[in-house]
Amino acid sequence: MMRLPTFRYTAPKTAAEVAEILAGEGPQASIVAGGTDLYPNMKRRHQTPKTLVSLRHVEELRGVQLNGAVSIGSNETLSDLEDNAALKAKLPALWTAVQSISTPQLRNMGTIGGNVCLDTRCNYYNQTWEWRRAIDFCMKCDGETCWVAPSSDICWAVNSSDTVPVMIALGATFTLISTRGERTIPALEMFGEDGIDYLTKQPDEVLTRIDIPDQGSAKSVYRKVRRRGSFDFPVAAVAARVEMDGDEVKAASIILNAVGPKPVVCETAVDAILGKKLTDEVIEEAAKLAGKGAKPLDNTDHISMWRKKVVVVETKRALEALAQ
Amino acid sequence: MSDSSPTSENGKDLTPEQQGLRDQLAEGYNLIGKSPLKVDGMAKAMGQTQFADDLSMPRMLHCKLLRSHVAYAKILSIDTSKAEALPGVVKVITGECMPIPFGILPVSQDEHSLCFDKVRFVGDPVAAVAAIDEATAYEAMQLIDVEYEKLDPVFDPTKALQNREEPLHDYGDDGNVHKRVSMEFGDVEQGLAEADLVLEDTMFFEGNTHLPMEQHASLAFREADGRLTIMSSTQTPHYLHKAMSKVLEMPPSRVRVIATPNGGGFGGKSDPFNHEMCVAKLALLTGRPVKVALTREEVFYCHRGRHPTLMNIKTGFKKDGAMTGMHFQSLLDGGGYGSYGVASTYYTGALQTVTYKIPKYRFDGVRCFTNKPPCGPKRGHGTPQPRFALEVQLDKAAVALGIDPADIRKNHLHPAGGITANWLKVGSMGLGACIDAVVEASGWKDKWGKLPPGKGVGLACSSYISGAGLPIYWNAMPHSGVTVQLDRGGGVAVFCGETEIGQGSDTVLAMCVAEVLGVGLTDIRLTVADTHTTPVDLGSYSSRVTMMMGNAAFQGAERAREIVAKAVSKKLEIPSVRLRFADNKIFDVQDPENWIPFAKGVQIAEAKFGTIAVAGSYTPPVTPGKYRGAGVGPSPAYSYSAAVIQVDVDQETGDVDVEKIWVAHDIGQSINEILVIGQVEGGVYMGLGEAIMEEMTYRPNRFGVHKIPSMLEYKSPTTHEMPPIDTFIIRDPDPNGPFGAKEVGQGPLLPIMPGVANAVFDAVGVRVDEIPVTPDKVLKAMNSKTKRYGPTKYPDLKITDTVRIKTLEEGGDGTAPRPAKKQKEVTS
Amino acid sequence: MSHATEGAPALSKVHRVLSVNGENHEVAFDPRKTLLEVLREDMLLTGTKHGCELGECGACTVLIDGEPKLSCLVLGLESDGVDIRTIEGLAQPDVPHALQTAYGELGASQCGYCSPGFLMNASALLARDTNPSREAIVEELGGNICRCTGYLKILEAVELAAQRLRDGTAANGGSDV
Repeated sequence: MMRLPTFRYTAPKTAAEVAEILAGEGPQASIVAGGTDLYPNMKRRHQTPKTLVSLRHVEELRGVQLNGAVSIGSNETLSDLEDNAALKAKLPALWTAVQSISTPQLRNMGTIGGNVCLDTRCNYYNQTWEWRRAIDFCMKCDGETCWVAPSSDICWAVNSSDTVPVMIALGATFTLISTRGERTIPALEMFGEDGIDYLTKQPDEVLTRIDIPDQGSAKSVYRKVRRRGSFDFPVAAVAARVEMDGDEVKAASIILNAVGPKPVVCETAVDAILGKKLTDEVIEEAAKLAGKGAKPLDNTDHISMWRKKVVVVETKRALEALAQ
Repeated sequence: MSDSSPTSENGKDLTPEQQGLRDQLAEGYNLIGKSPLKVDGMAKAMGQTQFADDLSMPRMLHCKLLRSHVAYAKILSIDTSKAEALPGVVKVITGECMPIPFGILPVSQDEHSLCFDKVRFVGDPVAAVAAIDEATAYEAMQLIDVEYEKLDPVFDPTKALQNREEPLHDYGDDGNVHKRVSMEFGDVEQGLAEADLVLEDTMFFEGNTHLPMEQHASLAFREADGRLTIMSSTQTPHYLHKAMSKVLEMPPSRVRVIATPNGGGFGGKSDPFNHEMCVAKLALLTGRPVKVALTREEVFYCHRGRHPTLMNIKTGFKKDGAMTGMHFQSLLDGGGYGSYGVASTYYTGALQTVTYKIPKYRFDGVRCFTNKPPCGPKRGHGTPQPRFALEVQLDKAAVALGIDPADIRKNHLHPAGGITANWLKVGSMGLGACIDAVVEASGWKDKWGKLPPGKGVGLACSSYISGAGLPIYWNAMPHSGVTVQLDRGGGVAVFCGETEIGQGSDTVLAMCVAEVLGVGLTDIRLTVADTHTTPVDLGSYSSRVTMMMGNAAFQGAERAREIVAKAVSKKLEIPSVRLRFADNKIFDVQDPENWIPFAKGVQIAEAKFGTIAVAGSYTPPVTPGKYRGAGVGPSPAYSYSAAVIQVDVDQETGDVDVEKIWVAHDIGQSINEILVIGQVEGGVYMGLGEAIMEEMTYRPNRFGVHKIPSMLEYKSPTTHEMPPIDTFIIRDPDPNGPFGAKEVGQGPLLPIMPGVANAVFDAVGVRVDEIPVTPDKVLKAMNSKTKRYGPTKYPDLKITDTVRIKTLEEGGDGTAPRPAKKQKEVTS
Repeated sequence: MSHATEGAPALSKVHRVLSVNGENHEVAFDPRKTLLEVLREDMLLTGTKHGCELGECGACTVLIDGEPKLSCLVLGLESDGVDIRTIEGLAQPDVPHALQTAYGELGASQCGYCSPGFLMNASALLARDTNPSREAIVEELGGNICRCTGYLKILEAVELAAQRLRDGTAANGGSDV
């Protein structure tokens, strides 16, 4: 049986206390919410925090407020969101993304904040200490080389969150607190440039809230590619949002994920549909442009070249769904 | 049993008691063919079944193995001092303490409990720690320093074929070639020359693994008198007993092996393993119970699963689809050790001949050692790969000749009761009925070639042995023994070395005995899989248990019944032949009101003859093939299966959605019908996983690590991927089977992989000559000029000494000509 | 390199009161242990199985406050103050749960190793819906891997148990679960 390494465990009752502990402990501390990402990583010894700060008793980080806008507490479990009929009606793309995460049991445990902060994944990294020793470890943990791209200066571990691309597409903001204060950032700004510094959230900060503005008449969709109907992380994912003015696209957002260390904002693809009708030709062209931003490498399930092709197909299908 | 009850069997006259039993069975079964509750079913549903890792004992220590982090190296030194100094560590051992090698096959005794000269793959164990808890053992394991001198590893069998300076082993046929075999039955060149169409295909079947839900675990302890007992999740306690006795240098009488119920095996727990030897040795050295429970990653290193196999198949067909000859070649990637590999190699060539008439047949097979976890027997052992090649090529031939794929098969079935070109004796043969069942139920004739683009159906068939005709080590003793002991209270104690791995063998054992004695299943209590208390059964492999244990159980129960019948006949003055045993009663068939309770009958018999404890046993019939290599393939009976698979292929992504499967299986006779259906569905599931997603992949350019040793990344289908299955059970009792039964544990897996590939062709017109059929391959095939994805080159296997054996039709007698002195191939 | 804590003293056990199958148990355990390890090793409730310990197979599913969760990814330290149900508590003292009976009858356990996880998960489903569609069962049990059955007998067993619960012919619907 795999065992956890030694750690100190605390379970404060307020977000302020969490922030205080984090400020005192420094980067050796780690927040744990559902534990579904952290504990496996600890068992494999690629995350070895000395102190765990559990959110299990922090009630203030739970709850969903639905007015025009939607505000979600970071500690809300995925299954609570899945069971939230009003959320499903209001933000079907986000609901689809939530519902596609892993398995029912893990959604009962995992939280939305955990999915936002999900550690980047790589099949050179999500391995046991013994396994990683055989490759002399990797850049992301204990080693030097990025084995996905040995000449690379950056880590290519993959952002594998299902909800993140949808949140970016919907224009969500994240609110973070620390003893230094509170700040609210656009979702995209949360994510760093490489697989190691994948979050701009500082170690002493707690993600408290996700706010999604009123979508008005905009429609959005999430499409996920994976091998199996459960368990699996995305190996390519597309979130798309379109706001129409009559027949023409007034505003749009196309975000890819699981095809690189950071969610990909497909600006040229969006430019190709803005002010146009979503005809087959327009969609086809936009999908091709979107695919250019994807840089899948050989560190997830499925062949990387296939993932690159499928991103185009899935973007096309996402836009087709929105065109209807 | 057949409708007319014979008065003699095997030329021997039946006693009146035996005749009475046959008449009883001919009048209808009480239990056989029905679906009584599985005897261990409720315990499993209540969480009461004790698997190996559920066991614990006072003072128990926990063991962890240090495994090699290099793929191929000499061990220069091992320093265990830091580990030994860690508080809580009780003992650390290395390879020298168990220098005697072991292995499942007598010809491949190439494994050590812990490596002490070389390590041969990432994951090969080099040291073992016993500590007060597992966390301490893990920490200690990390503190062991091993100094390696790295050697040049080989990961590809085509490269391993070349002689290398530092082969993995110092035995085998040459260099890294573990086994090279070539046999020709009849003149295949002539057969091909007579053909109207000759197809030659190169195909590849990627390796995959068993992935039992239970990770291997073992608990060993020293008894007060110095005996060693090990309780282990093994499918083969008898073979483990032999190996353990050898390695520990203890007489078999001082070693006791108990196989705990296996939480799934599928062939993955059929070898004796390093961890079993280590906990046994540590228990002896520390005087304390020692348990090991492997992690999922370690289970991937134990492996013994499907051999990655590159194949070349060349077949001649007449215009009507009749085969004129076949030349089949296989190159097996064996991994680091022998395991069952010699048998696996032969199995890739053995069973092509038992489904359709192949008058002339040649087989060349080579197994190479590579620096990866060893391959071995997985469900279907060595036969799914060639079956894939054969069934896909038949599909191509049907298309080329303008024949319906169902007809090309059905019109050329191997006759029941016949002898194949390679001297296998076919008994009952229900493949035609299987094909009819799935063709009709699936609406095949309205679907094949007629569905809209993207949708398609594929058909494939298969056969499997009902037990290997020969044991793993040569001996003339029975393959299975069952002791039946009758209680005065009407209970029946049954003892057998068989091992329950989830297939239902406990239930089959109880049902066979209960049927003969006319008692209920709850009257039976089983003691199984314990080398100290039960007669030998060779183990749960080769789909042998129902056939062999069932026959032994029948004989044991029949002998017990005979004793009771004799005594009761005398006491009640009813002729034995008229006695019937049913509903816990013994009665006169001519006057059913004249009865006594079964328990009373036992008391009468015990008073007259003494304690009633009798044994039955089973030895398979002699096989017609006498040539070297004829030991692999013969079986008392062959099961047959056919499947139609319907797919929906995403033409933009290549994704294959299996929508529905119709499968028919020729079981001979079900013992427990619902368990038979369960085995069919389970086999189809495992085949589906192999067909579309499961693969053991490594990174040769990254030190030879296993790419994905986890439940998450080794893709095993979930409820979402499982299509509906319509199962059809074909009943055609086989004279050799207990009550006519044949195997079901492995056969129904086999047609799924070729069935999927054939369905993909029907859906999108491309051939994926490689398993698994993943979306990237389908897409590549669709975008290619050849409309095909698969290997294009087949290496020279360097065959120099093909053994030529005359077929029966050529007047052969099953023997090979005395071989010329074997020439060692000289290679560069 | 090694993450072994060289020379570290053995960890003191922590004491907690855990509510398991409706009974309070005072348990002392290594604070690093997950609920899975505490149940199996410190309470000898070995009915809960493990197949990966990483949340990738579903074998260790137990109910926590009625919700199926993976005991391999919950700390023992996080398990006080909640209601924990394991396979050992699914049956009534004298009657198996309808799911267990249906499992037995249909041969839904082959090797039986995954059964406790499936059964706990399915029991939560039936506790909130005694008429689940096949799709709903597939979705709910999508978090458990079985290598023996191909799932069909398991799905059928859930449907059979649901039918009996609706008909009132099940002796034990696990109403206290």
